[in-house]
Amino acid sequence: MTVVNMTVNGSPVAAEVENRMLLVYFLRETLRFTGTHIGCDTSQCGACVIHLDGRAVKSCTMFACQADGASVTTIEGVAQDRTLHPVQEAFREHHALQCGFCTPGMIMTAIDMIRRKKAQDRKMIRRELEGNFCRCTGYHNIVDAIETAAEHCASDRI
Amino acid sequence: MIPYQFGYHRPGSIAQAQALFSSLHDARFLAGGQTLIPVMKQRLANPAHLIDLSRLEELSLVAAEDGAIVIGAGVRHFQVEDSPDIRRTIQALARLAGTIGDPAVRHLGTLGGSLANNDPAADYPAAVLGLGATIVTTNNVIAADKFFSGMFQTALQEGEIIKTVSFPAPLRAGYAKFPNPASRYAIVGVFVAQTHAGVRVAVTGAAPCVFRTTEMERALSIRFEPDSLSDVRLSSDGLNSDLHASAEYRAHLVTVMAKRAVTAALDGQSSPIRE
Repeated sequence: MTVVNMTVNGSPVAAEVENRMLLVYFLRETLRFTGTHIGCDTSQCGACVIHLDGRAVKSCTMFACQADGASVTTIEGVAQDRTLHPVQEAFREHHALQCGFCTPGMIMTAIDMIRRKKAQDRKMIRRELEGNFCRCTGYHNIVDAIETAAEHCASDRI
Repeated sequence: MIPYQFGYHRPGSIAQAQALFSSLHDARFLAGGQTLIPVMKQRLANPAHLIDLSRLEELSLVAAEDGAIVIGAGVRHFQVEDSPDIRRTIQALARLAGTIGDPAVRHLGTLGGSLANNDPAADYPAAVLGLGATIVTTNNVIAADKFFSGMFQTALQEGEIIKTVSFPAPLRAGYAKFPNPASRYAIVGVFVAQTHAGVRVAVTGAAPCVFRTTEMERALSIRFEPDSLSDVRLSSDGLNSDLHASAEYRAHLVTVMAKRAVTAALDGQSSPIRE
């Protein structure tokens, strides 16, 4: 067991975790942030993408103990008060989801790519989505949503 | 999927990491974890202890030295992709890093982790062998030609840690790969470099271990252009054959990717992947 301290969605948390506990299970089962999903569990699908110190990572592919000292943001942490994050709003506006299972990971990846200025055209957006699977939409509306969000948000203010 | 239990250790220095390794039974080093953790989840690797190297500042530097770029083993793929020094000196290497896995994987995976693992389909071994890089470890200085010894095998000894990799700046270089559409690993990837010591062509994904093809190097030494390779056919003997591609198809792809890599080198850019 290891004691971990980290900031999750702006609040400090401390807990004793099994070394083998994956970060995604810590977020979902210990902290009950169940918006982060487990899709493939083999590092491919991206449903579990969160931000670790501001960068998109797959929370099924790191241990909770490795995140000691880090700042973690999950899908629950992106809206301000009761206002949707601009990327969430764009997904709603463009109907960029059907079943919604992949959406939390898609949005975390989209925010990250806009911050990195890698959402400049549709081809780039599709390439940046390589690590996120959607089995419903064919990606079309997701690309629309990210394109719109990128047009409306400055990369340093998202 | 949940791995077996293990002890977790996060040393503050390379020296501490080595001391831990000698004192613990059945320990493994953990770098970015983008291969080791999935393998542990499948319970194909079950180390009793993990020694986490990912926060060692000693391993995280990028430096431009005369005629070479020195990259710390702990440098993440996205940092290689974005580094202005690397883009200026060896653009093909920066572009190669930008084709590994996906953005989330590139935020965690490291150069040293990829090399120590030596996956037959990994991208970095092609750049290291193609550029004739030098691997500096805690114990040794190892030339690329001596480093990759077989499938998932390297010249690293028990407890030895890669510290830096020194990539000599080539005159020209290019990388082209045909990625597996799901994993983005190379079904075949070819790194071509025109260096001060001659032309080097390194192939990943095609065989159990990255290798150089001297026929192609000879052909390109005469004329460094794609058409020099049109008649160079690699034998399919000993190449990988699996559900993704037969050995014959891989042999064919080596020539196609090598020609694209030469084109990329001449254009001053790497044709990264099939879009």
